[in-house]
This record gives sequence, C-alpha cells and structure tokens, in this order.
Amino acid sequence: MSEQTVPSRATVVVIGAGIVGNCLVGHLSRLGWTDMVLLDKGPLPNPGGSTGHASNFIFPTDHNKEMAFLTVESQNQYIAHGLNNTCGGIEVAREPQRMEEFQRRMTSATAWGIDARLVTPAEIKEMVPFINDEILLGGYYTPSVSVVDSLATGTLMREGAVAAGHLSVFANTEVLDLETTDVPGGLPKITAVVTDKGRIEAEHVVVACGVWSPRIAAMAGATIPLTPAVHQMADVGPIDVLVESNQELAYPIVRDMDTFCYERQSAGSMEVGSYAHRPILMRPDDIPSNEASALTPTELPLTYDDFEPQMEQAIELMEMLGDAEIKYAINGLLSLTPDANPVLGETVEVRNLWSAAAVWIKEGPGIAQLVAEWMTYGYPHMCDPHGSDISRFYPHEKTEWHINARCNEHFNKTYGIVHPREQWASQRGIRRSPFYAREEALGAVFFDARGWERPQWYESNAELMEKYPEACEPRTHEWDARWWSPITNAEHLQMRASVGMVDLTAFNEFDFEGPGALGFLQYMCVNNVDVAVGRSVYTPLLTPHGGFRGDLTIQRLGDDHFRVITGAFDGGRDNYWFRKHLPTDGSVTFTDRSQGICTVGVWGPNAAATMAKIVTDHTTAPYDLSQEGFPYGAVRDVIIDGVPCTMFRISYVGENGWEIYTRMEHGLKLWDAIWEAGQEFEICPVGIGVYAVTGRIEKGYRLMGAELESEYDPVEAGLARPKVKSADFLGKEAYLKAREEGPAAIMCTLSMDSQRCADGYDRFPTGGNEPILTLTGERILDAKGRVSRVTTAGAGPSVGKYLLMAYLPPEHAVEGTKLQVMYMNERYPVTVERAGATPLFDPADARMKS
Amino acid sequence: MRVLVCVKRVPAPGAKINITADGQAVDTAYLAFTTSPHEECAVEAAVQLVEAHGGESTVLTLGPAAAEEQLRYAASVGVTGCVLLPIDVADWDPQRTAAALTEAIRTIEATDGTFDLVLFGNESADSGNFQIGVRVAHALGRPMVNGVKGIEIDGDSVRARREAEAGVEVYVLPMPAVLGVKEGINLPRYPTMKGRLNAKKVAVRQLTASGEPGGQQMVTLLQAAEQVSETVILGRGADAASAVVDLMEELGLSK
Repeated sequence: MSEQTVPSRATVVVIGAGIVGNCLVGHLSRLGWTDMVLLDKGPLPNPGGSTGHASNFIFPTDHNKEMAFLTVESQNQYIAHGLNNTCGGIEVAREPQRMEEFQRRMTSATAWGIDARLVTPAEIKEMVPFINDEILLGGYYTPSVSVVDSLATGTLMREGAVAAGHLSVFANTEVLDLETTDVPGGLPKITAVVTDKGRIEAEHVVVACGVWSPRIAAMAGATIPLTPAVHQMADVGPIDVLVESNQELAYPIVRDMDTFCYERQSAGSMEVGSYAHRPILMRPDDIPSNEASALTPTELPLTYDDFEPQMEQAIELMEMLGDAEIKYAINGLLSLTPDANPVLGETVEVRNLWSAAAVWIKEGPGIAQLVAEWMTYGYPHMCDPHGSDISRFYPHEKTEWHINARCNEHFNKTYGIVHPREQWASQRGIRRSPFYAREEALGAVFFDARGWERPQWYESNAELMEKYPEACEPRTHEWDARWWSPITNAEHLQMRASVGMVDLTAFNEFDFEGPGALGFLQYMCVNNVDVAVGRSVYTPLLTPHGGFRGDLTIQRLGDDHFRVITGAFDGGRDNYWFRKHLPTDGSVTFTDRSQGICTVGVWGPNAAATMAKIVTDHTTAPYDLSQEGFPYGAVRDVIIDGVPCTMFRISYVGENGWEIYTRMEHGLKLWDAIWEAGQEFEICPVGIGVYAVTGRIEKGYRLMGAELESEYDPVEAGLARPKVKSADFLGKEAYLKAREEGPAAIMCTLSMDSQRCADGYDRFPTGGNEPILTLTGERILDAKGRVSRVTTAGAGPSVGKYLLMAYLPPEHAVEGTKLQVMYMNERYPVTVERAGATPLFDPADARMKS
Repeated sequence: MRVLVCVKRVPAPGAKINITADGQAVDTAYLAFTTSPHEECAVEAAVQLVEAHGGESTVLTLGPAAAEEQLRYAASVGVTGCVLLPIDVADWDPQRTAAALTEAIRTIEATDGTFDLVLFGNESADSGNFQIGVRVAHALGRPMVNGVKGIEIDGDSVRARREAEAGVEVYVLPMPAVLGVKEGINLPRYPTMKGRLNAKKVAVRQLTASGEPGGQQMVTLLQAAEQVSETVILGRGADAASAVVDLMEELGLSK
C-alpha cells in the first residue's frame, strides 16, 4: 500500500462508479448523507464495467410490477437530466405465440399507464422502411422507448454530490479488503475498506460493483449471488440509410423477439445485440484486469461461432446489415442472478454492508434511489423491493452451482415468453419432504417452492373429477391451462366435502427463546403476542413507514418461548428481518428450526373424525379434539400413532383442521397414520393449487408478495384489528396515522361476470397484474397513485365463480359495484363481491370452528 | 492474376501482454488473436488486386490449429482460398517457418499454377524477425522488395513503391515476385456480416508443415518495462492558469 491518499473515515463508502454507484451517491446526497466516498478500480468516466458498453435503451413494459415501476421511474430520472433520447421501439413477432404475448404486453402496459399499441407489418414497414415485413406477423409499438446516456447521467449524479460537498471520488483505486468486527450476540459489522491508496473506516459500505460484486462482498464474508455472463453485440456500418438520416436515432429500435435479438441505430451504424446464443457464464475472478483488456474488462472479443446464427437472422430481417462492416463486436459482460431479479439491500451476513448489484441501465437510477431510501429510512418508500431483496435467497440458492444452473436456464428467456406459473427445469429435487415418496406414488405434479418440491396437484385424484364434473371443465386456451390442472378443483371440493391432507413442509419455523423474547416480538409485530401459552396470534410485520414487511403466525410454546411459522417464499426475508433486529444483549435466542420440522395440514368436515382415531396424549389416552377442548388457534403437543407431534388448530383454506408438525424423521410415519385413518372418509391428498389459490381466494386470505406489500398498510389490506396494543412496535406511528386517515384503497374480492372472450370461449386470468378498469375502460388509480390490478386470480369451485383480488379506491370498493378486468387485451365484466377481509365462502368462518 | 498472402496469428494488441511463469510463451488466458497489422494490409492489397485485375487470392498460414480463425478472417474480407500448415506450437523459428512456407507454396503451385505475387507483411507483430519473406523469395528464386507502400500491376511486371529517408523508391519487378507490405499502404476493410457468414463456408486446405529447425532459438521471453506515465496535476480551475501557460510556453505552443 502506498501513502494514504483517501480519507481515513467516511459515513459511507460506495464501491463501483457505474450507473448504480454514481446514481446512489447522488440520491444519498439528496437524502442528507454528507460524508461519502466513491471508489472505482477503473478510470472515470468509464471504469470498465457493464455500464460502459451498455446499449442504453429502455423498453418500459414489464409484467413484473416492481421492475416496471423502477424502469419507468428511471426513465423519468434520465428525462429530468435531459439525457433521454426518445425514438420509440417496436417488438416484432415472427411466431403466432409472440402475437399473443403482445396482447399480454398490452395488458401490462395498460396497468402501468404506458402508451403502447399493436401494429401491422405494413405499419412497421412505414416506421422502419428497411425492415423485411414479409417475415413478420405484427408488432408491439411503444412510442416512449428511448436511448439514455448512462455515463453522463452517472457523471451528473456523482458531480452533484461532489458539488454539494458530500462526496469524495477516487478512481483507479482498488479495494483490497473489507474489514468487519464481530458483534457479540449479533451479526458482524462492516468497519473499513482497505484500498491501495489507504484504509477508510466506514459505517456503511455499498457494493455496486456489477459483475465483480461477488468478489468484493466475499472480502467481508458476504454473498452476492450473481454471475458475469456474456451478451453479444456488434456495431455494423456505415449504412447509407442511417448515415443519411443525419441523426443519432432516426428510427425506432427493433426487438426481433423470436430470434432474441435487437437492432438499434447508433448514428450511421446499427447495433445488433443478441440473447440467443448459448449461455456463456464467467467467474468474477476470471475477468481480466483493466490493464490486461484490449478494450475494457467487460468487453471481451466476440466469439463468432456463437453469433453467426444471429447474423443470419439479422440479415433476414434487415438485408442491408449483411453488407455493413462489423466495426466493433464484443462478448459484453453483464450480471445474471438465479431468478433474473436484481440483488439489493443489506447483506444477510454483515451488518451495514449493502448490495446494489445485478442492475440494468433501464432501472439503474430508480434502483439507486430505492437503495438510498432503504439505507436512509430502514426500508424503501418508493416501492416494495420484495422481488429484489437480497435476503430472499436460501443457502442453496447462493451456491455457484445453483446460480449457474438457473442462469443457464433463464438466459435464453431474456426475450422469452415466460408464463406466470412457469416452473424451473434445473435444480429440482433439492429439498424434499419426508412425504415425497408417498406423493410421488400418488402421481404428484411437483412445483418448486424455493427448492422444495411441493405437490401442486395429484394425478391420482383424476378420478375425483368425475365426482365434480361441472367444476372440472378443461380450459380451452393452452395459455390458461399451462401449469394448471382441473384436478385442483376436484381436490378442493373433496376437501370441503370430507377431508384432505396437504404437505406444508416448506414452511419455516423460527424459535425465539429467553427472557427478552416477548418484548422483542412485541416490538416486531403489530398484534399482541402476549397470549396464553398454547395460544397463537396472526400478525403483520411492518416497515418503519407502516407498510407490510411480513405476515405470519406466532405460537406461544412457553412463557419465554415463541415459534414463528412463515411461508417458503418469504422465509429468507423474515429470517433476516428478525435477526437484523434481534437484541445483542443475549436476552433472546433465535433458532431456525425449519430444516428439522415437517408439516402436514389436515382439513375438512371429517378432519376431526380422522384425527380422533389416531391422536392420543402421552398416556395413550384419546385426546380431546373438540372445539371446546382444543379451540381454534390453540397449539398442543400430542402423540399420533406413537409419534410426538404438535397440532395447531388453524386454517388457510377455511375448513376445520390442523397444521401438524413433527420432526423430519417421523414424517413418513405421521403421513401414513393420517392416510390410513382417513381412508374411511376418502381422504384426499390435496396440492398447493388448493392451499395457495382456490381455498385461499374463496376465503379472501392475503398473501405476502401478492396482496401484502410495503406499499400497502394493514388498514388497506383489511387486517387492522379493532384495537391497537399499548406496547410500542415497529411502524406503530405510521400505523396509527394510517388508521386515523383511513384507507386510500381497500383489498377486495371480485368475481368475473363473464369469462367469454371474443373468440367464443372462456378465459382465465392468471393473476399477473391484470388491470381493473372502470366501465368506460379507464384504469383506476387511488389517491396515492397506486393502480388497481389483480394480485391473485383463481377458481372458487365452492362459490361457482372465477375470483380476483385487487385493491380498489373506496369509491369503487363497494360490494355490487360493476367494473371490468383486462386480460390478454380483452375486457371482461366483474363485480365487487367483498370489500375488506370478509370471506366470500363461509363469511362467518363457521366451518373452521365447528 | 493469382495472389498469395502469408499471415501469422498473433496476440491482439491493446492490452498488457503477460508472459507465462516459465518465460516460454505469452499468457493467452485473456488474449484475443489477430493477424499482424502489416499482413492485414497485405490481405487488403491482395483483395484489391484481384478486384482490379481479376483472378484469385489465397491466404496461407503456419500456426496452431486455431490459426484457422485468421484464415477465415481473411476469407471474410474477400480472400477466396485458405491453406493451413498446422503445427503443435504457437511459432517456429524463422528459418524453419520460411522452409515450410516455401515447400507449401511449391506444393500449391504444382497443382494450381504459379502465384504472380506472394505478399508478406513487413514483419510479424509478435516476434518481428523481418526475414520470412526474404527467405521464401530467395528459396523460390524470385525478386523481392520489403517495406512496400504501393503496388501497381503493369503487364507482366509489378511496380512496388516504398518510402525512404531521401524520398520514394520505385522498383519494377518481373512477376512472379514477392513483396513485403507495410502498414499504411491501404486501409483494411472490416468484414461484413455476409463476409463473416461466407467465410464460414470456405474450405480450409491443410498441408503438412515440413522443415528442419533453424539456428535461431528462443531462450526466454521477458516482460518489457512498463511505460509509466506520471500524471502531474497543474492545479484546479483558475488556479491552474499560470502553470498551464508555463507548460505551453515550454512546449512551444504559445509565445
């Protein structure tokens, strides 16, 4: 190390001066951070990361709400800097399925308020005269598509922070180490960044290093799960028609969706990029240094063998490209993550070490603001980072093995048509419950739940469809029927008619023990957890500004012993949230018991009769399973066919019954005992299709990540209790304010009055953010600017209706109100069935308590 | 007319080139490869000559199997035939290389006819021995000029122009002849997409490389001393003005 030329101390050190790091220091400066350092190993303004070679265009339409919001927000920030060049963009279709995807894109564009329209090949030809319209079926045109100047925007943001006196910038400065200090009873905390120009003590460190992020985070013992991957791009020209336009961007950008390629004018030449080649993944340590790179470290030589098929397709689309010279061609590196979402937030391993990685140009400035808010307020205000939260990953999802397998699988889906229920093909069978062998024998169709194999439905129940023929009609359109089976509806009705059993092993169980456990959980939870031993409580967890951060149930197993039960999809996030806030004085211990516990749910009118045959106490005496002896919400230790179990009288499907937990090694015995006892009642193995969709939606139960997001509060979700507990809790102030102000939107259950499409058959929305429209076709925004959209959709076999859940502003959230839903660019009439949490099915909850 | 171009696969310039620990080779982990710049110009000259006078052009290389990439690159800008003399190492010594090329040229000419012109780059970008073309011309008994920056065909002879300290030298050589071409003779074209795709379909003829090792042995490679350019900050904003003026005066840019 040479002499110290960097400051010896800073509040925050941001590593990486790409689009994210630059915009982050700008936003942090605006939010009042006054003592920052920004480092990069490379030179400025282009340090050599992915930002420097990005094609820089923005197509705003995204089916994912979080990414659509952040993209539009980012585009607005580029516009505010005057660095957004609007040229329009056309996604073109060569295949019929793509034309259907465009109907879906029109639907998402309507939801997010993006101007877009479908265009014919002739209209495309008019906008792009050099395109071969004969091979096209049509297009999806978005006038607001633009090319931005990400380097200049980053420079402005960075220089703004410097001008404010809040930031020192050090280019050509290499990070050698990240130092942490152990915190007794807590997570280690970041303390310093060691560079080749000196050591900087820092309270916060942000890794915004793009493809190098995993390597930098590892210096502190933290994991940022992403892999560098190649995106091929060539600049060809000069081309007369483009030169003669005398403009940087005279023609709309063309995305040739079915060949996974794009053609984007760059003054006199055309940039041709591809996501069609074989996935080419690298390790961060294998990326050359700035010195060893002919261009920059992330601009590697194009491997022509991989690119040649795309050249043929490009020439087919635009013949003039064939005779243009290839002036610049790269294997450009970008970051891929196992689920294709960014990796944002505080690392789960090291306090105050933040990740702002795997971010594209199109969403960079918005995500920088989101991370800045997160660091400033404890959680972002602008939108819920649910899908990008770094704490979502389970341990097996952070291995290079998993990252590579999933990235290899999804790379070619970058321009693909991805179904909302689409299942992964790779990395399956990673986590299996003890019931797996039985389920497999019953013809279970397994869906992936963060590595867990969960039966979605059972082919063995196909016969049941004959019992409930009217509820088990096949779906006409392949899209609606994809990753779905009418067997789910038969399972649903059989459970409601008799009894069903559901594998819930994917649940997470966290134990909190010690004299501080009650106080800690009171602080974390909205509802009063100071209940009697053997009782339970459902509660939201709030962000500091009063939005949903989680929702779960807590069982009180002893005076100083509580157990949290939470779902597979949010287990990682909840685990992190609790541990982040855990006191370090040793008064509370946290133990993740998820790996050791399996769970089966038994529900239906015959659940009690089934269980009565096999449940005893420790003396072999029959156990009192009556509602009086074992009321709703109670938790009891029992013996089932010799196996020590815990039974919890609760239901997410609206039937009497229990979640039954036992240790993994007892699982098979428990399953067999219930299965055998239930035979006289024709017990039915029931899949997650019922548990998570049909059973849940009939009861209007909300799901974290769907209905419950940080953008909404418990009052709006209909989950506010009549009274607020006296104890202080996280988000209380905001929650009290929300109760006082009343909801700007109310969670509603709607039914479709007709599902008949223009082609004369019924359609079935998937619950993928389909917009709710007024009768005149206007999208609906509430007073806070949030759009009404479908958060969950599914059949209600017991109510005979196809149901949707959506937040509606109070003026529309009135039972009986007629509205419309858009699905695949067609409108269907809907009726508001329920405003608030009252279930459509069994509104008094009598079945669960009888 | 028939034109042959001899090229060599060399590491692409632009990046710091590292040497393996044993000092025997260039570390190619991060390197791209290219054709030596003089030879790129020779390829362009060959293509232009055939465009102007008709006939066909052929590219020949001695190198590892991967050198096929450089042959196809030449094909992608218009060379019509490709010949590879595969060897197991990156490079042979100049005597041996020249012997192998000579032998290959004789083999090709025996069936396809004499090359009116055999073009070389003035020297290779990596080893820079400045002698392969001369040795081959001598072995073939053909006239040879190096450092060529202009070629004109005049009936059965070729006029080769090169720059000298005193002016311009012009040589008239009877064909068949050998020329060593120098960068600046032309501006080599980039391949087009179609050119790239066509090059993929061109057959690469393989001949056996023969020749006894010559006298020149590579002992070890050494890393060139890094050229460190010290940045001196003259000051910031208006404070820098007088220092800038001093510097400009020192450089003779202002009076």
